[in-house]
Amino acid sequence: MTSPGAPADVARAVIEITGVTKVYSMGTNKVFALRGVDLTVRAGELLCIMGSSGSGKSTLMNVLGCLDVPTSGHYVLDGIAVDGLDRNALADLRNQKLGFVFQGFNLLARTSAVENVELPLLYDREHRWSDPRKLAVEALGRVGLGDRLDHQPSELSGGQQQRVAIARALVTKPTILLADEPTGNLDSHMTVEVMALFQDLNAQGITIVIVSHEPDVAKYAKRVVEVRDGKIIHDDPVTERHSAAEDLLALGKVDPVVVTDATPVAVGAA
Amino acid sequence: MKQRTLLKLAWQSILKNKMRTLLTMLGIVIGVGAVIVMVAVGNGAQSQIAASITSLGTNLIVVSPGSSAQGGVSQGAGTFNRLTTADAVQLKLDGTMLSAVSPVIQTRAVVIGPAGNWRTSINGVSPDYFTIRDWSVTSGDIFDDTDVKAARKIALLGATVAKNLFPGVDAVGAQIQIGHVPFIVSAVLAVKGQNSTGADQDDVILMPYTTAQNRLSGNVRLGQILVSTFSPGDIPAAQAEITDIMRNVHKLGDSPDDFTVRNQTEIAAAATATTSVMSGLLAAIASISLVVGGIGIMNIMLVSVTERTREIGIRMAIGARGSDVLTQFLVESVVMSILGGIGGLIAGYAGSLLLAHFTGWSTAVPASAVLIAVGFSAGVGVFFGYYPARKAAALNPIEALRYE
Ligand SMILES: Nc1ncnc2c1ncn2[C@@H]1O[C@H](COP(=O)(O)OP(=O)(O)OP(=O)(O)O)[C@@H](O)[C@H]1O
Ligand SMILES: [Mg+2]
Repeated sequence: MTSPGAPADVARAVIEITGVTKVYSMGTNKVFALRGVDLTVRAGELLCIMGSSGSGKSTLMNVLGCLDVPTSGHYVLDGIAVDGLDRNALADLRNQKLGFVFQGFNLLARTSAVENVELPLLYDREHRWSDPRKLAVEALGRVGLGDRLDHQPSELSGGQQQRVAIARALVTKPTILLADEPTGNLDSHMTVEVMALFQDLNAQGITIVIVSHEPDVAKYAKRVVEVRDGKIIHDDPVTERHSAAEDLLALGKVDPVVVTDATPVAVGAA
Repeated sequence: MKQRTLLKLAWQSILKNKMRTLLTMLGIVIGVGAVIVMVAVGNGAQSQIAASITSLGTNLIVVSPGSSAQGGVSQGAGTFNRLTTADAVQLKLDGTMLSAVSPVIQTRAVVIGPAGNWRTSINGVSPDYFTIRDWSVTSGDIFDDTDVKAARKIALLGATVAKNLFPGVDAVGAQIQIGHVPFIVSAVLAVKGQNSTGADQDDVILMPYTTAQNRLSGNVRLGQILVSTFSPGDIPAAQAEITDIMRNVHKLGDSPDDFTVRNQTEIAAAATATTSVMSGLLAAIASISLVVGGIGIMNIMLVSVTERTREIGIRMAIGARGSDVLTQFLVESVVMSILGGIGGLIAGYAGSLLLAHFTGWSTAVPASAVLIAVGFSAGVGVFFGYYPARKAAALNPIEALRYE
């Protein structure tokens, strides 16, 4: 089981799924969202799952994230067989091994950034974290929001909210970070900003899987997997990989107003 | 998750919805408050009744017909009202510890006076009655044993009767008719006021018991014999003596008592037993509002689960177990209801003080009310919070996350 994009022999497999299917029964109708997916993700990867709408990307992501159970197939997460685990065990896996970033941010409303970020630490059953508040502040610092600790989601821009969500996903030091359309609700400038953060975190050794249908996102990944009709049809390393940090600088040089203003129209023109 | 963190999370979410929390709590505040006011009223009434019965007379013992073993209910015609004036006479003769004995013959009649008619109760008594009840006259004289022997047609008017039949005039010496029999008013009694059950004790006419027996027709019966002892310490021995004499007079042999001898404490206990049933009933009615308050909490918690479905999804996605979500919602509802209970305690205490101030009733909040309030409201919180909390805990994380 070698994946073309992965560093072949060195890194261990963090995610290993084989023959995963997912069938939704809608009355007499059956929707085959996944039709036998094999995928291995190794430590240190920055993987982008591409595909058109309805191809099964989110379904795959929910299976990877232990939020949903596949109809058939096997899943090994960080050496743990996930198949057949009960609700509580899955919840503990999500808490200890996984970090989630969603398209809609999914922060708790009327709850400050730092309270949002420390939440996963509070649900830890093994009491691994002695000072959740301190760790939350650090995580927010890491995503560049050290000065927005007490802001509520409604007082933050979309990009900032997504960075709070990323901080929340990071704070438990997860084995893998899963992001379903993390830039779907952001304009292209903020998209590059968030991708720069992902590249930065990946460079620090965090394994990341991103779902997106935007080629603009895929060009920052190390490896791209394409899904169609519930099957993986392409699995390639990214040859001309872009650096989001450089692109961000370039954006700044083309039109300085864009950096400070970040209006979609101006960015689109750039 | 640690207890402190749970409390903190519940507290945060309670604070996030201040208005809703307050309205929910209001139901519990009213429920607990109502229960406490009712308990306070019942409690106050009981101690007041006990107090006023003690003040009925000094060292009082009451003999009444019917056996207490039969619950005071007469069993068939043969045992009905075996009390006679002869019993009273014998008690007076043979009793060594009895300072005063008076039969009380009771009936009701229409009294005709110069200013109109008045329907009132008639009590035939002996001169001892005034000693036992510590009752005096404002004008005229109390009758004596010769009047009893002669069965003289004299009447002593209670203050209320005198006021109605002889408004503004001294009634003594005037003639009245009681059930077609002419009587001379020999005295007007001092004002006695209301008794423990609120009845007007001055709405009465007293006369020698022989007169009542011989001259008045209708349902004339010996209701009870009142006895008083020389000192409070004599009461138990006096009760035994009375029982002996009565059993002798009634020639009871081996059969059970057909009369009941009770002292003040026993009468007070009987009376407060009645009121405690009543105040229990009041509290039960008031606790319905506590249940309604609980249903209010359940309602709000159910709405809250629906409203916060997405929040629950987020919590589950980042690792909350179903039990974490359950506990959080349960803690929220219990914290809300306990706060409501404390509010209700304060409201109930203030309410019973106000009630006492404006109605003149005596109210007393028992110390156990604190336990009742907090205990019951916590119970309400758990009971009515459990179903919504379980609903929240059973949510599927993806469906919850996708919920709009
Ligand atoms: N809960 C569900 N019940 C029934 N069918 C579902 C459910 N969730 C997804 N599907 C179906 O499964 C298929 C794959 O859906 P999925 O959400 O994975 O697509 P996607 O690739 O994420 O699309 P998009 O890019 O629009 O997010 C679709 O045909 C969808 O209609
Ligand atoms: Mg999707």
